[in-house]
Amino acid sequence: MGLFKAAASILKRGLARTAEAMVGMRAFLAGRRIDESLLAEVEKRLLAADVGVKAARESVESLRQDWLAGRIAAGEEVVPFLKASLRARWEGVDLDLARSERKPTVILVVGVNGSGKTTSVAKIAASLKAEGRSVLLAAADTFRAGAVRQLEIWSERLGVDLVKGAEGADPAAVVFDAAQAAVAREADVLLVDTAGRLHTQDTLMRQLTKIREVVAKRIPGAPHEVLLVLDATAGQNAIRQAEVFTAAVEVTGIFLSKLDGTARGGVVMAIRDQMGLPVKLIGVGERPEDVEAFDPEAFVEGMFDRAE
Amino acid sequence: MFDGLTRSFQKTFRNLSGRGRISESNIREAMEEVRTALLEADVHHDLVDRFCNEVVEDAIGKEVTRSLKPGEEMIGIVHERLVAMMGEAPGPIAMVEPGPTVILMCGLQGSGKTTTCGKLAARFKADGHSVMLVAADLQRPAAVEQLRIVSEQVASSAPGKGRVAFHGEPERCAEYGQAVGVAVEVAKRGLAEARKGNFEFLIVDTAGRLHVNDDLMKELRAVDRAVEAHQILLVVDAMTGQDALLSAKAFHEAMQVDGLVLTKFDSDTRGGAALSVREVTGAPVRFLGVGEKFTALEEFHPQRIAGRILGMGDVVSLVEKARQEVSDEEAAELMEKMSKGRLGLDDFLRQMKVLRRMGPIKSLLGMLPGVGQMLKDLPLEDKQLDRLQGIVHSMTPAERRDPAMLERSRIARVAAGSASDRAEVSRLVKQFDLMRKMGSQLAGAGATGRMAAMRGLGAGGLPTRGSTHTSSPKARFKQRKKR
Repeated sequence: MGLFKAAASILKRGLARTAEAMVGMRAFLAGRRIDESLLAEVEKRLLAADVGVKAARESVESLRQDWLAGRIAAGEEVVPFLKASLRARWEGVDLDLARSERKPTVILVVGVNGSGKTTSVAKIAASLKAEGRSVLLAAADTFRAGAVRQLEIWSERLGVDLVKGAEGADPAAVVFDAAQAAVAREADVLLVDTAGRLHTQDTLMRQLTKIREVVAKRIPGAPHEVLLVLDATAGQNAIRQAEVFTAAVEVTGIFLSKLDGTARGGVVMAIRDQMGLPVKLIGVGERPEDVEAFDPEAFVEGMFDRAE
Repeated sequence: MFDGLTRSFQKTFRNLSGRGRISESNIREAMEEVRTALLEADVHHDLVDRFCNEVVEDAIGKEVTRSLKPGEEMIGIVHERLVAMMGEAPGPIAMVEPGPTVILMCGLQGSGKTTTCGKLAARFKADGHSVMLVAADLQRPAAVEQLRIVSEQVASSAPGKGRVAFHGEPERCAEYGQAVGVAVEVAKRGLAEARKGNFEFLIVDTAGRLHVNDDLMKELRAVDRAVEAHQILLVVDAMTGQDALLSAKAFHEAMQVDGLVLTKFDSDTRGGAALSVREVTGAPVRFLGVGEKFTALEEFHPQRIAGRILGMGDVVSLVEKARQEVSDEEAAELMEKMSKGRLGLDDFLRQMKVLRRMGPIKSLLGMLPGVGQMLKDLPLEDKQLDRLQGIVHSMTPAERRDPAMLERSRIARVAAGSASDRAEVSRLVKQFDLMRKMGSQLAGAGATGRMAAMRGLGAGGLPTRGSTHTSSPKARFKQRKKR
């Protein structure tokens, strides 16, 4: 999408560890014929890459069907088969960040504690700015000690404006002020950082709904994009998080953070599969430029092929 | 916490115990479900395979198939294995002389190190110990400031008498990757200051880092050498997936971890990561982080957690939770009302609210022994409590104080007002009346008695639709008294 056109190496770097785990898969398959024990091993390795219990079983089941029907037999054919079947899950999915006709486009960033929201917000801001769009940051995490300051430091480093409230202030009020400011300053994008909250905390989830309503009231049609920041190292609980956050604020896409810390890049598949939510951006480091738009083609290739 | 696992195990073993005879293939079949449950709970797949194999071997070795109660024996074996896997409950952190006892926190980004530092400090403060926190995270923007604020909050508002101080050098922060190594100096100066101030504990907060980042792992080792930590605690997000094992292993190999802290346990994670990290490090899980408050740090008891997984109850945790939520004054006031038989429906509602503050009602009741099994048939959802609340709110204040005055026409009015039916309202009134009588007998029985009363409330005291209980609450009450 033009935007987030970072070096291709970022994705590879992010997936290096996943790919390493998959290298064993190729070696294992080489020169073998497909049989039940091979299928079981393939399933186990897909599970190890966190593609999710459902996705792993389904992929292997369709592989088994093709094998029983005599369409596929050699071990070498398995990886291309899996690649194609995993890629197919992304057909027709809109992966671009929303862009409103009228200024400002509002992007709300939500997630559980420690998932990497503030760093992700900084990354998005850096990319948008590099694209020549004006960004206004709203520091609506008035709960965690030092959170506002953290985003403020980013805004200084990146040279983008910031609207903040005092610690302990009502985050909805901060967001309202930020929406006012974004309209007044004719910012292209208003990027809202919110406090981390566990999806099991009903009160905090309601607060998030309120934030959404407040911004919608000031800017009709907003937020245009609601990004849920998911820690790539999270387990099956990520699915629950997506469900509850979607119920509260209608999540439109996933920012998958810390992908460089995991050998389980396959989680992207599980997310797509079980939540029906597209991963739009991936984060692979702590620097503002460590972000990339999600590309299913490159991703599936990266998942199976060792980085150079 | 481990609710999901519990449910799956119970289902598996109900199937097992339902059969007259159990063959080896039955066992393997049942373990397949356990396997799926453990995988879905994010227990590492290698560990799952090993665990299941060991359980099957044990079962065959003990000739479970010939046992009269194979299901129960299987639960025993699984329980034993789970407890063994989670290890011994560690004692309190040993203090060294001369102080300070140095605790080094480490872990991945966002696992909750800084928050846990605050909780630990609050715990030491409550125990009357003096503690200094030093901010050796110079990577993340404002991390130093975060720890400073946390320290100040603990110093000013956490309960207890211990001194709490902070050492940080915010001016030495730099962009990511730039200030590597500075943390060592900061930690050293923090230690010197703690010695000078005669602090008993020094907690060193470090930057979150990936276990694959060699530079930062080297820095962490250097920090450790500089302060000679007595306890290295690895902080792990309980929601972590299969990766938990790998990262914990890497941290352990680099640092020789002494203990684990599992954070965000108040989420609905199934917590399988707990098993993985414990297994791979061999270090005990010391604490569980269970909320945003400074007091939300629980000690980890393997027996209890394993018991909970198997639906065997966790009364101790429940009592601890109740203590956190109910103030002494509230409890005293309630006791007084109970003993005089003046308990009203408003008090009942308030109690319900306390219960709900403690967590979803089902998970609370799941902590009670024996209740786990019973619960599966009870439609006891939080929604039902909303219905009860609706009924009570449709009553006049006078009716709430003295539900006995609810005769036919009043009941009809309340039923209409709360969109329920008359039978439901009269059931609530009758049950409440019983509870009130029970209450006046119980008042003064102390905490244990109170818990027993609560148990009565959960298991049978609530009017629940489709309840199949035959014994009267009175009979059940007598039974409980005998125990």
